[in-house]
This record gives sequence, structure tokens and C-alpha cells, in this order.
Amino acid sequence: MKALTFKQGIHPEYNKDLTKDKPLKNAKRPEEVIIPLKQHIGAPLKALVKKGDQVDLGQKIADSDSFVCAPIHASVSGTVKEIRKVTDPGGNIVDAVVIEAAEEDKLNSGLEKHDSLDQLDSASIRKIIREAGIVGMGGAMFPTHVKVSIPDDKEVDYVILNGAECEPYLTVDHRVMVERPKSIVFGLKALMKAADAPKGIIGIEENKPEAIESMQDAVAEENNIEVQTLETKYPQGGEKMLIEAILGREVPAGGLPLDVGVVVNNTSTAAAVADAIRDGKPLYERSISITGRGINSPQNLIYRIGTNIGDLVEEAGGLKEDAAKVITGGPMMGAAQKHLNVPGVKGTSGILVLVREEVENYEPSPCINCAKCVDACPMFLMPTQLVNYAKNDMVDELEEWQVLSCIECGSCSFVCPAKIPLVHHLRLGKAQVMAKKREEN
Amino acid sequence: MNNELIVTSSPHVRARDSVQKIMWSVVIALLPAVFAAVYFFKARAISVILTAVAGAVLTEYIFQKIRKKQITLKDGSAVVTGLLLALTLPPAIPLWTAFFGSVVAIGLGKQVFGGIGQNPFNPALVGRAFLTAAYPVLMTTWTVDGVSSATPLSQMKMDGISTDSWNLFVGQIAGSLGETSALALLLGFAYLLYKGYVNWRIPLAMVGTVFLGSFAFGADPIFHLFAGGLMLGALFMATDMVSSPTTKLGRWIFGLGAGLLVVIIRLWGGYPEGVMYSILLMNTAVPLINRYTRPRSLGEVR
Repeated sequence: MKALTFKQGIHPEYNKDLTKDKPLKNAKRPEEVIIPLKQHIGAPLKALVKKGDQVDLGQKIADSDSFVCAPIHASVSGTVKEIRKVTDPGGNIVDAVVIEAAEEDKLNSGLEKHDSLDQLDSASIRKIIREAGIVGMGGAMFPTHVKVSIPDDKEVDYVILNGAECEPYLTVDHRVMVERPKSIVFGLKALMKAADAPKGIIGIEENKPEAIESMQDAVAEENNIEVQTLETKYPQGGEKMLIEAILGREVPAGGLPLDVGVVVNNTSTAAAVADAIRDGKPLYERSISITGRGINSPQNLIYRIGTNIGDLVEEAGGLKEDAAKVITGGPMMGAAQKHLNVPGVKGTSGILVLVREEVENYEPSPCINCAKCVDACPMFLMPTQLVNYAKNDMVDELEEWQVLSCIECGSCSFVCPAKIPLVHHLRLGKAQVMAKKREEN
Repeated sequence: MNNELIVTSSPHVRARDSVQKIMWSVVIALLPAVFAAVYFFKARAISVILTAVAGAVLTEYIFQKIRKKQITLKDGSAVVTGLLLALTLPPAIPLWTAFFGSVVAIGLGKQVFGGIGQNPFNPALVGRAFLTAAYPVLMTTWTVDGVSSATPLSQMKMDGISTDSWNLFVGQIAGSLGETSALALLLGFAYLLYKGYVNWRIPLAMVGTVFLGSFAFGADPIFHLFAGGLMLGALFMATDMVSSPTTKLGRWIFGLGAGLLVVIIRLWGGYPEGVMYSILLMNTAVPLINRYTRPRSLGEVR
């Protein structure tokens, strides 16, 4: 099968060998978890527990009446020690429930177990996905039940599972595809049923042959699901790039994949959907790659949401002497952390530690118009021009030149020989346009 | 544990390219042409080239010193400008003229606009344009070792005499230091293409337009391809990143426009050669070209 891809993009070093052959294993059960009460894009949640409450594993501890939200569950059985403000990996200050773990876990989620999808209709699948608090696990954390709630005037013919894992270093989706292919397929079928979509496609980059083989075996019996090989190129896993590559469809600017009849979910998200339906298990743990040259023993772990990332780092042998930068997520879009006292959340797919020589300080020099950024941008924007507009507060021009289409993938900054932090300026440019729009309304 | 973690915004990895690498690669790419110049014009070529490079580097240094800016000589951009200017000069040019040309190239062509990345024109061509206007005789005296001869283009223009194509290609002709051997220039260009430090659309469009244009108007297309400064201009000056368009379509237009101007000047203009003016004229159109050739972004409805 021919590997498909999108136009433009970049080829960073992938460095997946550090962890790609390390099987997923359970991290040590934490003695205390700090669970931020906002782990999704959407409305804020209200805590359902208070200090001193006893909670069970999988018990819902925060929820809201809003549609666009995902409830949060206890990731250990234990006692609520306090509710306090913490800084999440994204740098936001949010309320968090601190739970002191009891001796043993007792799963009590209130979710029923279903061996097959036969007795479930699309609405009840969506309900389970919502109640299980499932969000996009690639990092964006958009509530999954919202994604598969298709408005009456829209029709979806494909659910695409994103197994591209185009971020360098990360190997969690890879491991889940190798180790749990049947769960992914079960989850995909549930998502297809929920979205009323007849066909499913699992897109995987060529640099993961074991994952491709594993998924191909798992879908051998399925006549409406196929595995599509994708060229190894960043940002292949961006949903717009994925749809362009696989179906040749263009998501309209400002629109959603829904507008071209597609729903895109991460492969790990699909596995979480399967866990929720079959085992009544809400999203209280996830897999993560602890990797990079600054980690003593890189590995893939399954950890409870709310575990301190410092504990996970320790479990992977700790930081090396010359560790200089700790990133949650991948190197292209992840967030650098000030310290390791940060709880892992539903979207935290990696902890990447770079050593000093890998983070040489980039001193930007003037733009020489080389247009490498223009040639790299998968959205066909002109980053160099947009940066000039952003620096000069030219908001109308920013809007006209489509700054809002920027997906912040970082390809422009990556290729820039003058080391200009282009995507950083583009984010500021987007904020300028959004501010203007808010003012107008 | 390390308590001084570095925090910056993403991405946290970068490609290994740098402005410095690009500029020095251009210098390397010009070496075959330099060697060809030394082969054909002997020690004279070396002294002209060294003088022009020294003039450019010194001017850059003095300007940055006066403006209290960081000294950025090691980025190699001044060397590129000096080298390119030298390659456009006649071998017999007095050394002080070559030096003066470099001073103008860097001073008026680059530093007054704010230095690297800011110049609207190719600095080397600004220097050459100045010399052509100020010292027309020196700039058109093609004398080596006391033997004067006309360039193939002026022979063609004045007397209708053509030159053997093979001699044109390898450089066995009278002309500026670097424009004689198309072969050496193409070798260097191939190196830049391999490194990914040059775009091919501009030279292809420019050379293609000259080829087809001269053919269409009854001139010898092969002759016009390899005579004069077309190869040097199309491969190394029209492709100057700073002063050329950033869009793919824009590069086609830029090359096409420059090629058309070359044909017009060569066939009907007062000068035998028009590469310099055609590139400088197209430089002025770059902001406009960029503006009107913005690619449709993914999903954009126009």
C-alpha cells in the first residue's frame, strides 16, 4: 500500500528508538494524587467531593451541566485531603482535588459493563463516553463525546483514528497499538456507531511497522475498517493533515472535520473508549513515554491521573546530571516545565527531558527571507510575513493573511535558520485577532 | 535534581541550518567560479577578488561599529557580497575601483537599509550598478595582459559575430571574472541545491525565458544562455533570498520578469548586457509580488 501524506511539513529527528520497544508497564501506585479539575477544552467543572470525603477508584469527583465538558474521576481509592489551586502542565492555575491513597483500590465508577456493542445505541455509547470523562488523549483534551455528537444537518462517513504519533520521541500510541490492537478496534467501532459513521480508517506512520502489522491483524476480519500507512512527516497527526492525506478533503478554515464528514480521534482515546464500555472503567489512568537523553532509563508507563511527574521521572531512573529542560508532551508542541512538581493530566502523553547540549540558547538573528517557513507550513500560511504583521500590530492584515488558521505545529520555528521563534509570534498574532473580534462583538 | 530547568515556548528542537551555514555554503558554491576565474585570468583574478571581499568586509565592520551594532562578520554575508561583486567585474579593473564598488555595495546596498535581511536590492548588483554608472569605460574594458578584446555579447551586438557555444560554456571567452564559465557556476549551484539552500524556480524561469524569448525573436538561444552574466545572475543573484519573493508562484513570476527584461535589453536596448538591470528592477517588485501571490491556505475559501 502506498504511504499517503499531506503537502509541505518537516522531517525532524524522531528519536523513538529510546522507548519504542519498551512494553507498557504500570507505574508505582502513588501515595497521593493531585487531580486538576479542568482537564478538557470547555466549561469549568464543579467539585462533587469535599475535604475528608472517602472516594473510590473511578468515582466521579467533578462534573458540570454544560455539554462541552468531561467529568473527572478519582484515580485512587482514598481520602480527600484538600482542594487547592495547582499549576497544571499547561501553566494554568486550576482547582485540584488532593487524594491520599488508601491501602487498596476499589473500582466503583457506576458504569455498567458491556461485552459487545449490540445492545447499545449511539446515544448510550455517547453517554458512556461522557460519563467516563474521555477526552482527546493526543494532547488537545477535547471532550470525545462532543466530537461524536453529530448535528442533525451533518453526516459523517469516516471515523479516522490517528495513530500517526508524529511528535518525535513519543511512543505511547505506538505501544498501545502494538499491545492492545483489539481494544483500539473495539473503541473505533464504538466511535463509529456513536457518530453513525459507516467506515473507519486507522492512519499510522511508516516508521511504526510493528504497529501497522498489529493493527492490520486486528482489522483483518473487519470489512469496513482499514489501516492506512502514512509517510513519516511532521505534523502528519494534525487532524487537518490526516484528513487531507487520507481522504484528500480540506477542512474549511474555521470549520471542523465534521464539515467534511469526518471525525478524528486518537488511537489511545479509542482504547480508553473500549475500557469504559467493556470494563466500566473511566479515564483515570493513561500511558506515557518518559524519554529523552536526560532520563536515566527511558520507558513507557501507565500512570494514574494526578501523579506527580517528578515521581514518574524517578521511576524512569531520574534525571541525568546534565538534564536541562523538562517538557510535558513532545518536543514540537509540548510545554517546558519550571519544575517537576506538576500533576500529569489526561492529555499528558510524554515527559521529555533534554540535556544541556540539546538546548543551546538560540539567539534570533534578522530574517533573511529564505522562505523555509513558507515552504514548511502545512497550512500554507506565510509565517515570515505574519510575524512582521504581528510585531507591528497590523491586526487587519493578520486576519486577512489567515493567521487564525495556524495550528501552532511549530514547523516554521523548526526550520528557521535565523532561529526566530515564529510560532510564538503567530500565537501572539492570533491573540491579537481574537481580541479584536471580541471587541467587535 | 536539577533545579534550574530552562523554560521556553515550543518547539524545543530546531533544524541545524543557520544563516551562517547558508552564507558560507554560498561562498563554497562560488569557489568553482573563482577557480575558473583564476585559471583564465591568473593572478589578476586573485587580486581583484581579494580586494573586493576585503572592501565588503571592512565596510560592514565600520558600519556596524559606527552604528554600535553587534559585529556579524562571521555570518559570511559580506564575504558573499564582495565575492559576487568581484565575479561581475572585468579582470583588468583597477583594484581601487573594485574596492570602491564593494564599499558602495555594502554601504548603500545593505547597511543603510539596516543590515542583513533588510536590503531591497541585491547588494553586489548595487555596487556593480554604481561602478557601471561612475566608471563606464573601466567597466567595459576587457583587457588581459595588454590584449584587448570584446565580450561575445558586444561582438554580437556591434558586429553580429557569434562565439562558439562550447567555448562559451566552459569559459574560453572574454568577460567578467565569474561570468565566463557557465560550467563552474552550474557546479556550484548544484551544490547549493543539494544543501537545500537555494530555490530553483527563479533561475529556471529566468534562464528558460531568456532561452525561449531569444529563440522566439530569431536570436541564437544557446548563445544567449551562456553569454554574458545570465548564468551568474540567474543562479546566484536573482536567487538572493533577501531580495527575492517568498512564495513559489512569486518566484516563477520574478524569474520570468527578469528573463523578459534580459531579452528586451539584449535584443533592443542600448547595452549589450541586461542581467544586472533586470534583476535590480525585479527586486523593486518583490513586495508587490509577495502580496499578490500569497498561497491559498488550507481550507481557505477565496
